[in-house]
Amino acid sequence: MSTTDTLLLEPSAISPTKRIVGELLRSREIAVGAVLVVVVALTTIKSPDFLFSSNGWRDLLLTPSLLLLLAVGQAVVIITRNVDLSVGSTLGLTAYFTGNLFVDHPGIPIIAVFLLGLLFGAFLGFVNGFLVTFFNVPALVITLGTLYIYRGIFLSWAGSSRINASDMPSSFLDLGTKQILTIPVLTIIGLVVLALVGYYLYTARGGRELYAIGSDPDAAVLYGLPVKRRVLGAFVLCGALAGLAGVVYAARYGTVSSGAGYGMELQAVGAAVIGGVAIFGGSGTVWGAAIGAFLLVTINRALPVVGISDFWQRAVVGALIIAAIVLDRVLSARQARRLVAARDETREQ
Amino acid sequence: MSTSILSRPEGTTRSYPAYSRPLWRRALFTREFAVIALLVAVIFYSNNNVEFFDGPLTFYYLFLDIAPILLIALPMTMVIITGEIDLSVASVVGLSSVLVGQLHADAGLSIPVAGLIAILVGAVCGAFNGFLVAYVKLPSLAVTIGTLALYRGIAVGLLGTKAVTDFPEKWTDLAKKRVVEDHSFPMILVPFVVLAVLFVWMLHFSTFGRGVFEIGLNDEAAHFTGVNVARTKFLLFVMAGAVSAFAGIYYTLRFGSARGDNATGLELQVIAAVLLGGVSIFGGRGALHGVIAGVMLIGVISSAMRLENYTVNVINIVIGALLVLSVISTSFLGWAKQLWARRGRGSGPSSSETGQHRQAVAATESTNER
Repeated sequence: MSTTDTLLLEPSAISPTKRIVGELLRSREIAVGAVLVVVVALTTIKSPDFLFSSNGWRDLLLTPSLLLLLAVGQAVVIITRNVDLSVGSTLGLTAYFTGNLFVDHPGIPIIAVFLLGLLFGAFLGFVNGFLVTFFNVPALVITLGTLYIYRGIFLSWAGSSRINASDMPSSFLDLGTKQILTIPVLTIIGLVVLALVGYYLYTARGGRELYAIGSDPDAAVLYGLPVKRRVLGAFVLCGALAGLAGVVYAARYGTVSSGAGYGMELQAVGAAVIGGVAIFGGSGTVWGAAIGAFLLVTINRALPVVGISDFWQRAVVGALIIAAIVLDRVLSARQARRLVAARDETREQ
Repeated sequence: MSTSILSRPEGTTRSYPAYSRPLWRRALFTREFAVIALLVAVIFYSNNNVEFFDGPLTFYYLFLDIAPILLIALPMTMVIITGEIDLSVASVVGLSSVLVGQLHADAGLSIPVAGLIAILVGAVCGAFNGFLVAYVKLPSLAVTIGTLALYRGIAVGLLGTKAVTDFPEKWTDLAKKRVVEDHSFPMILVPFVVLAVLFVWMLHFSTFGRGVFEIGLNDEAAHFTGVNVARTKFLLFVMAGAVSAFAGIYYTLRFGSARGDNATGLELQVIAAVLLGGVSIFGGRGALHGVIAGVMLIGVISSAMRLENYTVNVINIVIGALLVLSVISTSFLGWAKQLWARRGRGSGPSSSETGQHRQAVAATESTNER
């Protein structure tokens, strides 16, 4: 009787405030965020315009909003222990689709364009997810294939023609620079998406199941989780966000040429990895991926300001990705040691 | 623990080939054989239906074009069979190209010396990947995405958007020379054949290669059977780096131009060819003759379609579709075999034993052919 009554898990002796502060200090998101703040601060000291001019402030928020969308979607897919290499091609294809909507249907409402872009991207993501889950084949191979297919479709559809700013209504293009309370609209879109997806992953049952699937897919199947449906959902979400990013791309840059989104898939994976989303799945947050995206883009812009030629930009990004995963390894090794020590202590008692 | 980020399909287990069957039967029902058959069919079809395909120039240019992929596919096959991946190879190609260009033009070194240094640097690049993957035990997908950016960044950083185009004709001609005048085999096939023989021996006929397959099947088990898992992986990454650097030198001389962004995206082409050639992305399965056929298949399809005036975009769609079809075809085969086995089991009371046997064989085959 008494054995069942005693609490097997005692509440932590540390006070809640201390615990939350400690957790925050140790969290990967805060660490990456701190690096971001340092980069911005150093660059601003060198050249105050980087932050304190109206353009500087706007670009700081606006430029990462594209990669932010891709990184959030990519993070969700990576959490399920898959990967989507086709997002760059999806972005390009959707951006061209968006431009064509305006050409073919002048006067189409902008909100409809956003929705259609989202749907179109979701469809492309569905194709990936369907192939991966229905045929039980690795996402890396499938999305490598669709990377070629989507880009091929995009390029043969576009041919040598391209969408120019004159093809799109000015109200749509204004969205690319418009600000509300000094915050660009496109950034607000990105942050709203981030908040929704983050909230879903953090609280909803479906979101938590994505983590369970990523930590151990076999166990998730045995436990009876709807693994296929959830993974398919993750791919659809990733595609939809890449589609949204395509619409945002068209609004931001005004032209869509064959290079749109080229190589973005690796940047998106890189942003997620820097933000602490483990490539083995099962851990990481979209907040981290978002901060990673901000950091990647901001470093790009900061390098020329601090006097390093931006040719070196990619080298810095690469070094950063490697530093991030080495840090992950060190931290998890320390955590494992601590857990082992704690276990041994309780056994001795 | 599997180091691939991809989970293995549910309900499949690994088993070893049924060695009781004769060699020709084992060879006939493999992915490699299917790829070779497809390659022969495509060549045969193009020969009859595509104008100018049988011209002597077609295969000459085909080999010139696919030579870097052929070369890099050799070590990449072994890397993927261990369950790892190397996405940084094309960046090493770019870096080695820039090094050869700068060492020759600015430092005044001769091409062979500059090339040797580039290969050494390539090996060091590979060693850095290998160290992080094999000894620090980091996931290769993440590591090589990082070094993809890092090595490319160094290449672009060193040279900017400039290009070195000042190479002695002796060497640029060598890159395009034929082994025998008027025949379709370019000189680059000589080092390729030497390397291919070496790699086939290493992978399929040596203890080292046995270890490579064992690591891909189960690296812990491989460790306990005495395979030095870390050293094997490390060496494979070093080879990938060195061979990529060699491909970079060829690339530079062939086009007579050293640029930081040379061969961008080549890593995806190499990986697509290797996977098309029947190597499993989960590791543990694959053969070099299939991979060489896979590279050739992509090359032949591209050149035949180009002769028919299709743009490179349409060709990309076809290659992508081929890659997707080749991986999902194994699922179809598995289902077909299951159906076949079920039919055999239900056909009569006396056949229940043979039905079960057949099902077991089908299960073995479907996993073998994955």
